[in-house]
Amino acid sequence: MDLSPKQSSPSESTRFPDEVLERVLALLTSPKDRNAVSLVCKDWYTADSWSRRHVFIGNCYSVSPEIVARRFPRIRSVTLKGKPRFSDFNLVPDNWGADVHSWLLVFASGCPFLEELRLKRMRVTDESLEFLALNFPNFRALSLLSCDGFSTSGLATVATHCKNLTELDIQENGIEDLSGDWLSCFPENFNTLEVLNFSNLITDVNPGVLERLVSRCRSLKVLKLNRTSSLDRLQRLLVSAPQLTELGAGSFSEELTLQQHAELKYAFGLCKNLSVLSGFWDASALNLSAVYPACSRLSFLNMSYTALQSPELASLLPHCPCLRRLWVLDSVGDKGLEAVGANCPSLEEIRVFPTDPFDEDMLHTVTESGIVAVSQGCPKLHYILYFCRQMTNAAVATVVRNCPDFTHFRLCIMNPGQPDHTTNQPMDEAFGAVVKACKKLKRLSISGLLTDLTFKYIGEYAKNLEALSVAFAGSSDLGMQYVMEGCSKLKKLEIRDCPFGNVALLSGLERYESMRSLWMSACNVTIDGCRSLAREMPRLNVEVMKEEGSDDCKADKVYVYRTVAGPRRDAPPSVLTFSGL
Amino acid sequence: MEGGVAYEQGLNLKATELTLGLPGTGETEGQGGVRNNNKRPMPTSETNEEESQALKAADRGSRAQIVGWPPIRSYRKNSLQEKKDSEGEASGMYVKVSMDGAPYLRKIDLKVYRGYPELLKALEAMFKFAAGVYSEREGYKGSEYVPTYEDKDGDWMLVGDVPWDMFMSSCKRLRIMKGSEARGLGCGV
Repeated sequence: MDLSPKQSSPSESTRFPDEVLERVLALLTSPKDRNAVSLVCKDWYTADSWSRRHVFIGNCYSVSPEIVARRFPRIRSVTLKGKPRFSDFNLVPDNWGADVHSWLLVFASGCPFLEELRLKRMRVTDESLEFLALNFPNFRALSLLSCDGFSTSGLATVATHCKNLTELDIQENGIEDLSGDWLSCFPENFNTLEVLNFSNLITDVNPGVLERLVSRCRSLKVLKLNRTSSLDRLQRLLVSAPQLTELGAGSFSEELTLQQHAELKYAFGLCKNLSVLSGFWDASALNLSAVYPACSRLSFLNMSYTALQSPELASLLPHCPCLRRLWVLDSVGDKGLEAVGANCPSLEEIRVFPTDPFDEDMLHTVTESGIVAVSQGCPKLHYILYFCRQMTNAAVATVVRNCPDFTHFRLCIMNPGQPDHTTNQPMDEAFGAVVKACKKLKRLSISGLLTDLTFKYIGEYAKNLEALSVAFAGSSDLGMQYVMEGCSKLKKLEIRDCPFGNVALLSGLERYESMRSLWMSACNVTIDGCRSLAREMPRLNVEVMKEEGSDDCKADKVYVYRTVAGPRRDAPPSVLTFSGL
Repeated sequence: MEGGVAYEQGLNLKATELTLGLPGTGETEGQGGVRNNNKRPMPTSETNEEESQALKAADRGSRAQIVGWPPIRSYRKNSLQEKKDSEGEASGMYVKVSMDGAPYLRKIDLKVYRGYPELLKALEAMFKFAAGVYSEREGYKGSEYVPTYEDKDGDWMLVGDVPWDMFMSSCKRLRIMKGSEARGLGCGV
């Protein structure tokens, strides 16, 4: 900042040298704080730019890699999210976009000191992984969650070339699993790994290679095995790495001899620092008891890949006095959830997934009693994800009366449009109770038979709401209007199969620029409505995904997001982009 | 386990089938339909109950085809599907059990029972009925309800006619039929 000579003003005399300012600002880590700081004045903007080490980009199309690299040339860590969340449920075509390659190309020259890359719902090819491994000499940490487009060959190049790798975290991806040889690509003297998660993969890795790797990496804290990992192997790994803080076990159903069981139990007993346990595909009740000695400090237990029954859960929980987060399948039933309520006073988060989401005859599910039982025993509950086949307004009201601190309330009654099964009324009052009682509510997912009244409640009471997910609900455009008018902090809105049309879409005109994105599918929005929106708001990208055979004027799936990068140029033919520019 | 695209294994294709129109519409699949064949025939007269059950089943069947619903991540869906596929072979043989007049079905694991007597006792306890006395010649005598099952060919058979092992491997589901409809069964072909 160049100043013409002037009287020394108070601001000049208190100006810090840039280096000092940068050091001070470096102590601020929250992106929100950093963003606020950068708006104070040009000096501070510049200091923030040079000292920012981590960037979080919630929508990869909201900004271009060039802009990011130009503004933050010294970043070490990038988190990038790509496709809309509903791509998790097959609602987005495979070739939609969100390819990471263009980002890597720019970063290779603009931010060559990049050390960490965390990607969610991005397209990542083997070619990109190889480029990453070869062009960023300081690269240390790679995390891929819900990505697709790569194979185990890509992992092999990362293992081969990233000499300082500390983290390799491969979760829930659409990965082409060719062989387990990638693990053997780590050099024999490589020992820096702290996080290794390959639970996503099916093909088996060489057990000897894995064991030698684990014993070399003395700083290994997180180890998540894949399904084919046997109990025998697990036992040896635990003995070799008792310092683990997070463990993902493999398959847990083998029949063990008494001796083997004792050895396994002993191995678990060596692990005094475990705070997270997951994996356990097909755990048998008997084998589970081997895990008890490791549970005394457990804060997060993820049993959502094995159909645990209520007696098994009831036997396990008393060994986990510090449990704060629990993920299970609905096979545990209401009785299992009663055990949760009875044994987990510190519980803050519970997620109950369906064992058989498409089999409506299955009775091994949870009902409203289960969720009430948990709320009665766990007053600190603030996060719930609950899949069920029946619910009542009264039960939900009881739950939020017991636990008014919910920040995340996600209820999925699996039959679309199902009413309260005791009164046959809509579930409006349930969600009304939630938004009235839970002042800190940030994320809400609603389901069941719902009229515009639900949305009226949401708009009126959910003043801190940031994310709302809606399906098969509402009676008219009013529903969406209530939300757009009332929820001033809303950042993400996803809607499917609701009777909201152009009037509803356009009612949010003023809001979309302060939101990350809007998704509307199978609603009543038309192409013309999208065109109007794009015309009025040039800094939004309005995209329409057309389905085969639908009417020309229908906007089957609409995705609207704010951007400083203009309309994207990599959209496939089935995606129409409307822009006011 | 072979390689190949892991996320394509066990794809629940039905669930991801694209459908137009509101949920609940779409092709109806009749379940529990009537078949003509040389084996013990099903009664051809459909009661109102059967009709509504079939309609309900059809409704459920078409609803299960909503794309992306319930909102379970593909990864988790495929994981469960793999489990189901392997479970059928290894541990547990779950079959649905319906009873005429009962509002919902149950599911039982056939592997848990060692033979017909145990199975029948369990069914009787579950649905609160008495099956009567079985004889090869006359089927189930002296009871209002008759246990039947659908075999691999889609035919409805009387429970108890074939050796237990053969029954275990061929039974797709069970139906406890009202005695009046089961007339014709158990009187010899």
